[in-house]
Amino acid sequence: MRLGSGAFAAICVAVEVLGVAIFLRGFFPASVRSSSRAGLQAEPPAPEPLAGASSNWSKLPLPLFSKAVIVLIDALRDDFVFGSKGARYMPFTTYLVGKGPSHSFVAEAKPPTVTMPRIKALMTGSLPGFVDVIRNLNSPALLEDNVIRQAKAAGKRMIFYGDETWVKLFPKHFVEYDGTTSFFVSDYTEVDNNVTRHLEKVLQRGDWDMLILHYLGLDHIGHVSGPESPLIGRKLREMDGVLMKIHTALLTKERETLSPNLLVLCGDHGMSETGSHGAASAEEVRTPLVLVSSAFERKPDDIRHPTQVQQTDLAATLAVGLGLPIPKDSIGSLLFPVVERRPMREQLRFLHLNAIQLSRLLQENVPSYEKDPGFEQFMMAERLHGNWVKLHLEEDRSGALLNLGTKVARQYLGALRTLSLALSVHVAQYDIYSMAVGVIIVLETLILLLLSTPQVLHRRAELEMPLSSPLFSLLFYLMFLILSAIHVVVCTSAESSCYLCSLPWLVAGGVMVLVSALLCVIVSTLARMVMDSTSLWKVQQSAAHPCSGWSEVGLLLLLGTVGHVLSLGASSFVEEEHQTWYFLVNTLCLALSQETCRSYFLGDDSELQRCFHTQPGTVGANCMQQACTACEASKPGQASKGLPSGARGGHTRWAVLAGPWLVLACCRLLRSLNHTGVQGAHRPDLGHWLTSSSHKMELSYLAALSLLVIFMLAQRGCSPMSKVALALGLLGVFCYRAAIGNLLFPWQPANKGISKGILEARFVYVFVLGILFTGTKDLLKSQVIATDFKVKTVGLWELYTGLVLLAALLLRPHNHPVLAFSLLIQTIMTKFIWKPLRHDVAEITVMHYWFGQAFFYFQGNSNNIATIDISAGFVGLDTYMEIPATLLTVFGTYVGPVLWAVHLAHFLSAEASSDSAMGCACFCYALICSVPVATYIILVTSLRYHLFIWSVFSPKLLYEGMHLLITAALCVLFTATDQTGHARPWTKMDA
Amino acid sequence: MKAIMTTHVHPSFTLVPSAPNSVDSHKNTMKDTDIKTLLYAHFLCIFSVILSVLIPSFFVEDFSILDTHLTWLCFCSLFVTSINLVLYLVPKPNSSSKRSSLSHKVTRFLKCCVYFLVSCFSFHVIFVLYGAPLFELVLETFLFAVILSTFTTVPCLCLLGPNLKAWLRVFSKNGGHLRNQKTRVTSIWENSLQITTISSFVGAWFGAFPIPLDWERPWQVWPISCTVGATFGYVAGLVISPLWIYWNRKQLTYKNN
Repeated sequence: MRLGSGAFAAICVAVEVLGVAIFLRGFFPASVRSSSRAGLQAEPPAPEPLAGASSNWSKLPLPLFSKAVIVLIDALRDDFVFGSKGARYMPFTTYLVGKGPSHSFVAEAKPPTVTMPRIKALMTGSLPGFVDVIRNLNSPALLEDNVIRQAKAAGKRMIFYGDETWVKLFPKHFVEYDGTTSFFVSDYTEVDNNVTRHLEKVLQRGDWDMLILHYLGLDHIGHVSGPESPLIGRKLREMDGVLMKIHTALLTKERETLSPNLLVLCGDHGMSETGSHGAASAEEVRTPLVLVSSAFERKPDDIRHPTQVQQTDLAATLAVGLGLPIPKDSIGSLLFPVVERRPMREQLRFLHLNAIQLSRLLQENVPSYEKDPGFEQFMMAERLHGNWVKLHLEEDRSGALLNLGTKVARQYLGALRTLSLALSVHVAQYDIYSMAVGVIIVLETLILLLLSTPQVLHRRAELEMPLSSPLFSLLFYLMFLILSAIHVVVCTSAESSCYLCSLPWLVAGGVMVLVSALLCVIVSTLARMVMDSTSLWKVQQSAAHPCSGWSEVGLLLLLGTVGHVLSLGASSFVEEEHQTWYFLVNTLCLALSQETCRSYFLGDDSELQRCFHTQPGTVGANCMQQACTACEASKPGQASKGLPSGARGGHTRWAVLAGPWLVLACCRLLRSLNHTGVQGAHRPDLGHWLTSSSHKMELSYLAALSLLVIFMLAQRGCSPMSKVALALGLLGVFCYRAAIGNLLFPWQPANKGISKGILEARFVYVFVLGILFTGTKDLLKSQVIATDFKVKTVGLWELYTGLVLLAALLLRPHNHPVLAFSLLIQTIMTKFIWKPLRHDVAEITVMHYWFGQAFFYFQGNSNNIATIDISAGFVGLDTYMEIPATLLTVFGTYVGPVLWAVHLAHFLSAEASSDSAMGCACFCYALICSVPVATYIILVTSLRYHLFIWSVFSPKLLYEGMHLLITAALCVLFTATDQTGHARPWTKMDA
Repeated sequence: MKAIMTTHVHPSFTLVPSAPNSVDSHKNTMKDTDIKTLLYAHFLCIFSVILSVLIPSFFVEDFSILDTHLTWLCFCSLFVTSINLVLYLVPKPNSSSKRSSLSHKVTRFLKCCVYFLVSCFSFHVIFVLYGAPLFELVLETFLFAVILSTFTTVPCLCLLGPNLKAWLRVFSKNGGHLRNQKTRVTSIWENSLQITTISSFVGAWFGAFPIPLDWERPWQVWPISCTVGATFGYVAGLVISPLWIYWNRKQLTYKNN
């Protein structure tokens, strides 16, 4: 089968998108979520079951404890309390655990063992996944149902001291708070003193219902000097003192009120042997959980050992203890020892409430919930419970009834455990199997692309894809059988849920067919390459030429791309990726400037050119030469100006020399427009200065100037019709921004009423669609009817113009200069650099890619989800409509890469008449986009227990996935225009 | 580094004919003594860099590279410049300025000074274009420009003089393909100049890498990592170039002047 290189690349990228999608589905498992959102009012609690009648006890049970104090010590490992360290440094706590009125547990935290997700788990009882971060885009506050929200709704007064994260997660929930930042890791005394200093007063006052303390010092010590440091002992002793103080204060309070209070000691995560956390080792996931209350009094011979529970169980227990409804998304089960002293009817009521909540969650998340053993157990327990209540109401208490009640409780506990487990496997783990399949598909496509690179770059535009040799089919069937067998084995033995296994068999089989087919294609391509290698070697030998090898720019492009890919492994470089691109683009400009200097001062350009172009190896150079001759032929006036032979002296020469420096200066200006990244985001930049309301006039002038520049630069290649449309469209953009109050017209200095600007925006949309339609029409015309190929170029430029107009509408006014500079740089590069220096297609493609990436960041984007400008999705829309809003937001975010890629298409169609140029460019673009993605998903897989996996690496993964999707779309566009290129010689022959 | 240099220099030289004769052996011995001189000269330069670290601590209180970085930059620049002047002007390895009048020498010297200043300012501009702050830390940025000029422009000025054509010739990869054979790398000295200059640039370039990392180390502050990188690059270039020339001495021929 023969394929054009462009079509081949488009297919490869499409397959790669599929692989990345499977990988992402495995990496971000869907979280278990209650469908009724927390914002709505809580439904009434389920009534007590009663066989044959309805119970009159339909309210929530009364709270067990009047006050609760939660002491959360960051990075408290279980052996710091229950082990030898605990015995040595925390004598009071050890006494409480061993003999005092307490229940102690080892609570297991789920990775990522990082503070914020752990706080969420403790308070919501659910396991927060990364998808939740996406769900509440831009809002750091916790939106899920949680204990704190329920307590607030119930009118409880809460006080918080400690890590600032809580204040961000629960804004306006605390009547009093003092947040400490965990910014200075080396400080481990001051952070904790800032918490403890309030303690005395607050404990005396007693006008609160819930007190939460979050101590950070221990974690800081762990980060700085590890768990064996002598500082740990001192810190633990300090914490022990704090606990004693709180306990005695609570006891004295109890004597006044006569109702028991609750003291909870817990850790959010553990600490590894090196003192860090984030991963899933036993030291990091095992945390102590001690509940202390006078309600838990015990006999001296009653020895309790800490039992293992889940961290998520605390939320349900706290809710029950404080008489609140259990958070809807909680997957935890009640810690039964807490309620076991209560009357039997109450115990069963609590268990019933918990089981109802879990079974509802199961019903909403698992389609076949009826078959779940946990659900069956629950139904059974509920029936027994009903009977028990009936008996209880009919006769008075007897021993038999108590025994029966214990049996029901045991049944409930079994059901709770099974339900909780079923729900947690649904969310907790990475779905390694799906991830592996995704990685394999992506890697196979990447290898295929890499293997065909020499072919594309050196020989021809058409690729031979071997698909039907007999050996090949044998291998294919064998692979398919093996993979299916593996699939069956994995799916039948897997404990956790798995996306691929939940797919229908036909679809999973399709994936297996794809994997084995790709493998076979790779094997046969490799085999053919080995066979051909001898002849290829000869060709290369004969092609050896004095100036073969890499030019400086080529080398820089290669090394820069490789360096960028490698830098993705470090979290700081991911956070500050914009710096990498700015640095690379600047270096590229310097290299180009050196090249221009050399070719102009040494006066060797003609010689050089000849030397380059007679080289048989590079198709690109050849087609560029043809391109130049072609464009000279087609538009003699314009083209010869740019060529060095045409104008060696005069101002053109100086323009060529100054070109790279002009581009550099533009980049520097743009860089100070929007500061992004983590380190620079808070620094004042031009963008902030412009958007502040006191500089509206300056912003208006700047935006108007930018729009003018955009018009001047974009109208050059358009048909007269589109020129008018563009002008009106840009005017509409300004009117739209003025209507929504971003800009001012010079003749109306005062603020008038602000509208949503629907009319203006739709006015612009009409012109955008009009220009895009004209462009498409021209492209189709050039495909169907034999006209001169200028039509195609004009069509592409009109497409480009339409996109520019859309971008101008979507970008905020302070980003209009970005668009203007983008067009300016494209013009400079085209006129003074690419045309005179005659780079080959691969080099030009990579340069477009680099600039596209740099502009992605110039516009203010970063690898953080929070910088996405969602307002782009609402331009010209009355209400939120999901599909157009998503499309507009995606385009608004990826303006840079898309515009540069479309410009590349136009440039090549204008300059290179050769058929292979577009295919080659498409191939290079696909390759250069898929290399980072493939490397990155492997990196992320290996770093999946990294401390920053949720905060840094996962958002970047989503950005990369999206970028690949866009690349696929662009490649399809390239290929489509390439098809028109193919059609041309045909039609000419017919004519 | 080596790979870059290979591509840079390789086209400039033609292969030595295999048959050895007396002229060749004579040439070879000459080359060996040249390499030795080059090695000693480079050792002196390295020595000057080391001295700039050691000497100021005698008469500047609390001297250290990180804390009193700017002082060190001044000293380093001063030492390296003076050693370069002594090395290249006193023994005159390139013997280009034969009989020139005093006034000619003075104008030449002034021209060199102007070139040096221009290079400092243009480096400064390039750093700002690369993202250095425009208004803050101006002195730091400028001193970085000065030290980079010291490592690159000063040796060029000493060896090639204020002659832009010659500079372009030395620093162009394709210089060897020119029709007129005047433009070529003509000596070991120019060859080593290429290596040290490019390695200084590459060092400064790589020095910018750790700046965005969040390690919070004192040497990540602008421009310390870059200046240190440039210094390391310069020293590495000084070490590498004699070795590289020695290893490739069979393949290298220079046009006799």
